[in-house]
Amino acid sequence: MAEGANDAQKDQTDSSLAVEVVGLHKWYGEFHALRDINVTVARGERIVICGPSGGGKSTLLRCINRLEDWQLGRVIVDGIELTDDPKQIIAVRRDVGMVFQQFNLFPHLTVLENCTLAPIRVRHMPKKDAEELAMRFLTRVKIPEQAHKYPGRLSGGQQQRVAIARALCMNPKIMLFDEPTSALDPEMVKEVLDTMVGLANDGITMLVVSHEMGFARQVADRVIFMDDGQIVEIDSPKNFFEHPQHERAKLFLQQILR
Amino acid sequence: MMTSASGTTFLRAMPAERLPPPVLRRGVIGWLRENLFSSPLNIALTVICAAFLAWAIPPLLRFFLFDAVWTGDNREVCLATPDHPDPGACWAYIHAWFSYFVYGFYPQAARWRVDLFFAALAFGIGWLAWLSAPRRDLGAVYFFIVLPVLSYILLSGVPFIGLVGVPTAMWGGILVTIVVATVGIVVSLPLGILLAFGRRSERPVIRLVSIAFIEFVRGVPLITVLFMASVMLPLFVPERFAPDKLMRALIGVAMFASAYMAEVVRGGLASVPRGQYEAAQALGLTFWRMMVLVILPQALRVTLPNIVNTFIALFKDTSLVFIVGIFDFLRTIEAARVDPNWATPNTSVTGYAFAAAFYFVCCYGMSRYARRVEARLARAHRR
Repeated sequence: MAEGANDAQKDQTDSSLAVEVVGLHKWYGEFHALRDINVTVARGERIVICGPSGGGKSTLLRCINRLEDWQLGRVIVDGIELTDDPKQIIAVRRDVGMVFQQFNLFPHLTVLENCTLAPIRVRHMPKKDAEELAMRFLTRVKIPEQAHKYPGRLSGGQQQRVAIARALCMNPKIMLFDEPTSALDPEMVKEVLDTMVGLANDGITMLVVSHEMGFARQVADRVIFMDDGQIVEIDSPKNFFEHPQHERAKLFLQQILR
Repeated sequence: MMTSASGTTFLRAMPAERLPPPVLRRGVIGWLRENLFSSPLNIALTVICAAFLAWAIPPLLRFFLFDAVWTGDNREVCLATPDHPDPGACWAYIHAWFSYFVYGFYPQAARWRVDLFFAALAFGIGWLAWLSAPRRDLGAVYFFIVLPVLSYILLSGVPFIGLVGVPTAMWGGILVTIVVATVGIVVSLPLGILLAFGRRSERPVIRLVSIAFIEFVRGVPLITVLFMASVMLPLFVPERFAPDKLMRALIGVAMFASAYMAEVVRGGLASVPRGQYEAAQALGLTFWRMMVLVILPQALRVTLPNIVNTFIALFKDTSLVFIVGIFDFLRTIEAARVDPNWATPNTSVTGYAFAAAFYFVCCYGMSRYARRVEARLARAHRR
C-alpha cells in the first residue's frame, strides 16, 4: 500500500507539511538511483526509512537538504522549494539538522566549539548565548562534562551524541538521521537510540534511515520501505512488521528479523 | 610468582612484581645498544660514521674557529706568514664588509630606517609566530596591512615627511633578500589558496584560467619567470605606472611561489574527508565560511610540512633575482669577493661559508618553528 501525493496538481505548497517530495527522479550518470519518489511528511511526524543496502534510502534523505541534487521532480521543505538557488538551499539547511553515520565532527574544534560554530556564524548569535545554548543541549544528550575536549578523545557513542547536540543547536524544524548507529559498537548503540527516543518525544519532525527495527517499532509513526531506488511500501510500524504486504518487504524482514 | 606452564587453568594469587628493566637495556647503555649497536649492520654503520666524523670535523673546526682570523684591516692579516703558515677563515673580511652585506648601497645616513624595518618585521613575525600571543587577529592586521605600508614608507622614503627617497637600485644584501622572501611568502599563501579553489571550481572558466596559470608558471624555471616579469610587465602597463626593477622581481617571485603553493594547498584540500564538507553544508555554512572555519584549518594542518618546505625553497630561490640585476645577499658576497684589499686564498671560502651560515640559520629556524606548530596541532587532535 503505497501512499501517493496529491499535491502534484497544486501549485501552492501546503505549509503544514514538513517535507513534500513530488515525482522525484535522480540519475548518477546512466544509473537511475531514485525512481518516482512521492512522499509527504507532516510536521511532528517520525518516519523511519529502511530497506536493503543500495536501495536509495540515504540518497533520498540527502535530497531533503540538497546534499544530493536531482534531475526531475520537486522537493519542498517547510514550504520552501529546493532548486539550484543557493539562497533557498541555505535557508532550508538552516532549519534542517542532519546527523551522519560517520559523525563528521570537526576534529580541530572542541566539542563546545563544534556546537557553537553554526549558531555564531549562521544565526549571528553572540558567543555567550551560543555557549549557553550549546551547554544546554550537551546536558540534554548527557555529556556536558566533555565540552572542552576534542572529538578525537571521545568514544563513538559520545561523538554521535555531540553530533546530535550540534544539529540541535540550530533549532531545526526537521532532523535527518542517516544510519546514526551503524558505525557504533553495540554497547554504544543504546545510548544514542535513547537520545533519539527522547527527541522523538519532544515532537520534532524526524526522518531516520536505520536498520534498528526496535527503534522503529517504538518511535515511528510510519515506516517507509525502499528497495532498488523505489518506495515499495509505506505503513504504520505495527502493520509493516507484522503484516508486510509486498514480496520484497517480506523477504527483507525475514532476513533482518531472523 | 607462581606460574603454571602445564596447567590449563590459572588463578593469580599475588600481583606480579614491578621491576625496572635490566641494566644492560636501560639508560645510556640501553640506548646505545638499541640504536647504535643493535645488529652487525648497525655496528658497521656506527663505526663508519664515527670514523667519518673523526676525519671531517677536526679540520673544519680548525679552519673556521681555531685558526681563523677575527680582526684586522686588510689582507695582510689573512695571508700565510712564517709564524702563521696555515691561516683559517678570514672573518675579519666579513666584519669589514658587513654593513654592505646587510644594507647594500643604502645611504649611510638613512640606514636607521632599514633597522627600524627589520625590527618592525621581527615584531610582526614574533607576534604571529608566538602561538599563545594575545589578540593574534590584531597581529594579522598589523602584519598584512600595517607592515607593508610602513615598510614602503620606511624603505622607499616619502620626501614629504622628511624621509629622503631611496631608489630600489640602491638596496642590496640581506635587506633585499629579506624583502623578496617575505613578500613571496606572504603573498603566495593567500594567492595559492585562491588558485587552489579556482582549480577545484565547478565553473569551467575559472577552472581553466587557474589551471593555465599554475601549469604555465610551474612549467617554466624561476629565472625565466623573472626575465618575463622584468621585460614584459613594462609593456602591459602605461609608462607612468611602470614598476621598478625590484617590484617586477617581486611580482615574478610572488607568481612563482603562488603556483607551487596552489598545488600544495590542493593536496591538503583533497585530504579533508568529504563528510567534513557535508557536515558544514548541512549546518547551513556558506562556501567561504565553510572553507575558512572548517576545511582550511584541517587542510593546512595536513600540508604544513609541505608548505614550510615551499617557503624554505623560496627563501633560497630569492638569490636568483641577481639575474635581473637586483643586488640580493648572495650577489653582495660575490661583489665583495673581488675586493683587492682583501685578496687572499681564503676570502672566497669565508664569504661562501658566511652566506651558507646565514641561509642555514634562517631556513633551519623556519623548519624548527614548523615542527613546533605541527606538534602543537597534533596535541590538539590526539586520539
